[in-house]
Amino acid sequence: MHNPSAITSTRAAQAASHATRDPLIVQWTLTATAIATITLLIVVPVASVFYQAFADGAASYWNNLVNDADTWHAIKLTLIVAPIAVASNVVFGLAAAWTIARFRFPGRTILTALIDLPFSVSPVVAGLMLVLIFGLRGYLGPWLREHDVEIIFALPGLILATAFVTLPFVARELIPVMEAIGPEEEIAAVSLGARSWQIFSRITLPNIKWGLLYGIILCNARAMGEFGAVYVVSGHIAGRTDTMPLRVEKLFQESNNAGSFAVASLLMSLALVTLVVKVALERKTRCDLAEAAQLTDVGAEA
Amino acid sequence: MSISVKNITKRFDKFVALDDVSLEVPSGSLLALLGPSGSGKTTLLRVIAGLERADEGTVLCQDEDITKANARDRKMGFVFQHYALFRHMNVFENVAFGLRVRKTAKQEIAERVRELLHLVRLDGLERRYPSQLSGGQRQRVALARALAIRPRVLLLDEPFGALDAKVRQELRTWLRQLHDEIHMTSVFVTHDQEEAFEVADHVVVMNFGRIEQTGTPHEVFERPANPFVMDFLGNVNVFQGRVVNGRVHIGGMELECPHYPYDDSREATMYVRPHELDVHHTPNGVASLEATVQRINPAGPIAKITLFSPEFGQGLNVELSLDRYAELDLQAGDTVYVSPRKVRVFVPEYVI
Repeated sequence: MHNPSAITSTRAAQAASHATRDPLIVQWTLTATAIATITLLIVVPVASVFYQAFADGAASYWNNLVNDADTWHAIKLTLIVAPIAVASNVVFGLAAAWTIARFRFPGRTILTALIDLPFSVSPVVAGLMLVLIFGLRGYLGPWLREHDVEIIFALPGLILATAFVTLPFVARELIPVMEAIGPEEEIAAVSLGARSWQIFSRITLPNIKWGLLYGIILCNARAMGEFGAVYVVSGHIAGRTDTMPLRVEKLFQESNNAGSFAVASLLMSLALVTLVVKVALERKTRCDLAEAAQLTDVGAEA
Repeated sequence: MSISVKNITKRFDKFVALDDVSLEVPSGSLLALLGPSGSGKTTLLRVIAGLERADEGTVLCQDEDITKANARDRKMGFVFQHYALFRHMNVFENVAFGLRVRKTAKQEIAERVRELLHLVRLDGLERRYPSQLSGGQRQRVALARALAIRPRVLLLDEPFGALDAKVRQELRTWLRQLHDEIHMTSVFVTHDQEEAFEVADHVVVMNFGRIEQTGTPHEVFERPANPFVMDFLGNVNVFQGRVVNGRVHIGGMELECPHYPYDDSREATMYVRPHELDVHHTPNGVASLEATVQRINPAGPIAKITLFSPEFGQGLNVELSLDRYAELDLQAGDTVYVSPRKVRVFVPEYVI
């Protein structure tokens, strides 16, 4: 059976797909440009970091990391600073996300905007702000000195600077997840007799766990790699306040390329691991959000 | 257990959601809060559950004042409109939740959950997750979860609102049967009058944060207290006319109206339900209105006829039994005479 209108509509569809599809030459040019750019700006530099790090062989690589006391100290210091900063931002992020997603109060929009501030402030300025408050000539400096509390040029300063710069990561991840999930399950738990901590540990936390983990991973990557703010507050004292990124820079200035790239390769590995975990978690979080939408939209269908 | 709500007022900023509402829910009854959206019915249910705190008034459960009690201590089963099932828990864990947070023994939890899943006819679905269930199944899980804590009363917020028509009908019948089995004092919110009449022992009609009428379905339907209730409870034809000396005048039609025996003529509004109108081909002596047939819809257990009355310039809805419809053999365009079997007249408050 030849249906004339069916034929016309097929032709119309073909014409439309021709109209929306770009010529092959455009597709190929765009793809090639993208691949070339990524190779030049990302793949080659990343590969060269590892190449430089292992230029003198694996033994020398190991030697550069473990047997250089200052480098080893920098690695340990980063492993202390980053987890503390991340932990404090998890606490802050959970509290902020809860507040913003569950309550309506005056100043809510301002609070949401303020959480993003550390993203837009230059890390160097962030470091300077801390020096201005806690430094010797800062507002609290003299009082802290009297009471023998060291913040600037010491561990607390490093943690404060790192925590400030990475403040938005966890909260930013959790707010949309908590808003999508909504308070209904928590209210249901209240009506079933659950206490606050039971609601948090049995209902809220399991619902947001992938989003939370995603925020932690990003926060941790940024915390370990933080340079600017930490540079200002650390006073870069080798063997005392140098973290891994600061150590990379110092070794590089001292023309110790193998040592510098060895530390850099560690940071790079961290970045690659983060990337893989991030992709996996993004998929999980998307599933959670899709499920949230499906479970709350039943009403709309019926 | 009985529930008494006394003089409850609840405001959201300037909006008055509940305005001095008092209500008695007798022990063991199934009561429907019926009203349009924004009438305060859900707010009232949430105040009873403790999920919303009233600005004024008291809530009593049996004789215990629970106005200030926290929702978690009230032991009231609440079924949410969109179920609010715990998405990361399977059916078993959902139902068990209220028992787990109360530190119930494992053996007892397993028994109670099995018993409840049998009651809501979900045996064998313990390991399913909410996303793997149909709407009706989710609703029944929500009900089982609410019943698990052996609540003092059961509160349901638009329990069938999110389901399609067929499932809704089944669940209504089933909820009524369930209530007859377990006799738990229950309150449910709905905007569907048919649902309220079919399921409930008592119907409370609400509007603008106030209770318009309380009664059995029959009382409320047959003797609506005011025009709002009349209008809200299903299809109705409205006429403007006058009353004087116990008689109503609607256009050229004259009817008895014994409850207005005064001799000053007053404007009044007349309400006639579609099934209370009869149709004839000729004016047969009964008070009647002339109208033309516009549309006929004979599908279903009754024939729905749309007429147009030139005298009032308005359409009329008439419902005839299929027998009567066949007898009349109506065609679109026919001129017919309509006579009401029953008229409700509401005279506006007397003003001096």
